[in-house]
Amino acid sequence: MPAKKSRTQARELLFGDLWEFDPAPESAPAFIEDRYKLFIGGRHLAPKSRKYFDSISPRDGRKLAEIPVASAADVNSAFAAAKKAFASWSKLPGAERGKYLFRIARLLQDRSREFAVAETLDGGKPIKESRDFDLPMAAAHFFYHAGWADKLDYVAPGRTLAPLGVIGQVIPWNFPLLMLAWKVAPALATGNTVVLKPAETTSITALKFATILEQAGLPPGVVNIVTGAGETGAAVVNHPAAAKIAFTGSTEVGKIIQRSLAGTGKKLTLELGGKAANIVFDDAPLDQAVEGIVNGIFFNQGHVCCAGSRLLVQEGVERELVARLKRRLATLRVGDPMDKNTDIGAINSKEQLDRIKALVKSSVDEGAEMHQPKCKLPSSGWYFAPTLFTGVAQSHRIAREEIFGPVLSILSFRTPAEAIEKANNTCYGLSAGVWTDKGSKILKMASALKAGVVWANTYNKFDPGSPFGGYKESGFGREGGRHGLLDYASLRPCQVRSEK
Amino acid sequence: MLQITKTPKCYVGGKFIRSESGRVYEMRSSSGDFLANIPLCSRKDLRNAVEAAASAGPGWAGRSPYNRAQILYRIAEMLESRFAELAHATSEREVRATIDRIVHFAGWADKYEQVLGSVNPVASPHFNFTVTEPMGIIGILAPEDAPLLALMTLVLPAIVSGNAVVALASESQPYPSILLGEMLAVSDLPGGVVNLLTGSRSELIPTFATHEHLRAVSATATKAEATTLQQGAAESVKRVVIHAPKTDWFAGIHDSPYAIRDFVEAKTVWHPIGS
Repeated sequence: MPAKKSRTQARELLFGDLWEFDPAPESAPAFIEDRYKLFIGGRHLAPKSRKYFDSISPRDGRKLAEIPVASAADVNSAFAAAKKAFASWSKLPGAERGKYLFRIARLLQDRSREFAVAETLDGGKPIKESRDFDLPMAAAHFFYHAGWADKLDYVAPGRTLAPLGVIGQVIPWNFPLLMLAWKVAPALATGNTVVLKPAETTSITALKFATILEQAGLPPGVVNIVTGAGETGAAVVNHPAAAKIAFTGSTEVGKIIQRSLAGTGKKLTLELGGKAANIVFDDAPLDQAVEGIVNGIFFNQGHVCCAGSRLLVQEGVERELVARLKRRLATLRVGDPMDKNTDIGAINSKEQLDRIKALVKSSVDEGAEMHQPKCKLPSSGWYFAPTLFTGVAQSHRIAREEIFGPVLSILSFRTPAEAIEKANNTCYGLSAGVWTDKGSKILKMASALKAGVVWANTYNKFDPGSPFGGYKESGFGREGGRHGLLDYASLRPCQVRSEK
Repeated sequence: MLQITKTPKCYVGGKFIRSESGRVYEMRSSSGDFLANIPLCSRKDLRNAVEAAASAGPGWAGRSPYNRAQILYRIAEMLESRFAELAHATSEREVRATIDRIVHFAGWADKYEQVLGSVNPVASPHFNFTVTEPMGIIGILAPEDAPLLALMTLVLPAIVSGNAVVALASESQPYPSILLGEMLAVSDLPGGVVNLLTGSRSELIPTFATHEHLRAVSATATKAEATTLQQGAAESVKRVVIHAPKTDWFAGIHDSPYAIRDFVEAKTVWHPIGS
């Protein structure tokens, strides 16, 4: 006789504060200098502006280092160096260029812990993420693109890839070193040279990366690193020697850049904001979906352009899913990013924390219901508890604007058609998630969603060989894979090689 | 006997229309004789054409690639059957080249995906592939020269993947586009997939630049025109592809899947591989 089904719900094992985790601090040294210099033409140079700003650790608000402010004159020197280097770098046999990139990948692996610690101190992301994701992935990007450098005749049938010239690159603060790798590796593999500006709040790993380039023996001027805020970025973007600009950041700044490049003939790729829908159908494996949703919005404190910040859940499972999500939220550890057990670290800057708080307040005012688990936040530094909003309407700001923080909006739907309409009802189109056990539904949804990346029964997965980039106001161009290479080159008809 | 002259009309939403503005401009022969009145389309006409394209687009994108291939080939058949008339309006060489280009792109409809898409060997246990999708509605600004060949060279790579287009024909030589519309109307191409306007470039370029439902613009443009287009495009992060006014439209380089690539989005899909 089959066992009777119990009517009472299974009890949860909730121990509350009974057993507190011991601290598990990462202790490897980050070797951060007190004051950095610009990296131009293979040399570490003090900025002509003579100005510096402090890089603050969001973990505790303490000063980490002084970062130079590159003036227009410094940016000019960087472009001059890159232009000079382009003449020989672009003519170097692809196999030789590839060897430099392979070296860089290996050196990054060698010093991966040091860089991970620096990344966490400077940016605030949990050490387990910088150690297990950012660093391995950055090295993988160099390794992947290294192998392309001598195979540029095989990327596009009937065409070969010719370098464009000097590429100006401006990258964001959410994955500082990884975004550098996404930008620099394909640019160098295709024979271009680079002037790179890291984000103001996270310049340290980019400046440390200069020492990797030195160790790799990369010819001077092939990669130049200039630091500073918006003005430095504008000087990079508007420099007449730039053949192409590659930007990752907000849609607002992306539009400014697109406007300022109008009529210049410079090439442009933009990887901008997002407001991804993560869609859960009633036949989805709910426990896996909960993990995917948590990873989708709380990975890197939600400082992810492709974060699954809008959860669309089918009505039949809404209650159950929200209950499970709340339970899962209670187990997330928020706090010191240097602690190896931390799931959610520090918010990157006070400015960003204020932005998150303002948007959260507006949602409460608009009538959405907020849920935050009880958690102690560190007394110094910038932190925000993981947050859920239920009762969110499509018109709410929180369902429309990119929040770039650990805040999830939950909306519901009845039919796949309604899910598609709601998911696509945004000016963005970077990514989306689909959770269902039915294969045909996955493929139907994947083709109907207007998004450059669709994660089905998974979320926030990345790979150097997998093209990433958005539709609509999430930008244009792709990074990674063959598609990414094409955006760093001009296509020329293949020349018939004379056999010896 | 007096000849019955034709009233040139634009081809929009599968219908032959005059400009809603009621405006026309004169078309004259090289010797200066009056030939016909050409619609001087307005910004409102452009917006109407975008609406027509929006309603036709999803159906066209939903056609099978094989079906799109056959319809494009049918366009070539229609041009061939009125070869002499088209050659009279342009040149034999141009019509020949146009027909050849149509046939070339007809063949791409069910092949470009295998050139532009990919299966990606990722390091984690996922099946990962990248496919292309049409962007939606594409605005096209044809150059003044090669009024048939250049127009089709810009239209074909956009529609072969399932986009719908709104094109402004050569301002000084609009008549071939009028004829082209008549041939598209009998080609099995659903109405609204290709919308052909005639009129003033300088009047319509700002609307091409800023209309948010045009997801990309493919334009032969001077530096000043390109600046207007790209500045306006920035409002909605629109893709802009600029061709130099001095492009050689007869060159074989235009027969390429990479022109199709300019008007598709790449979509990457991930799925775990079961354990």
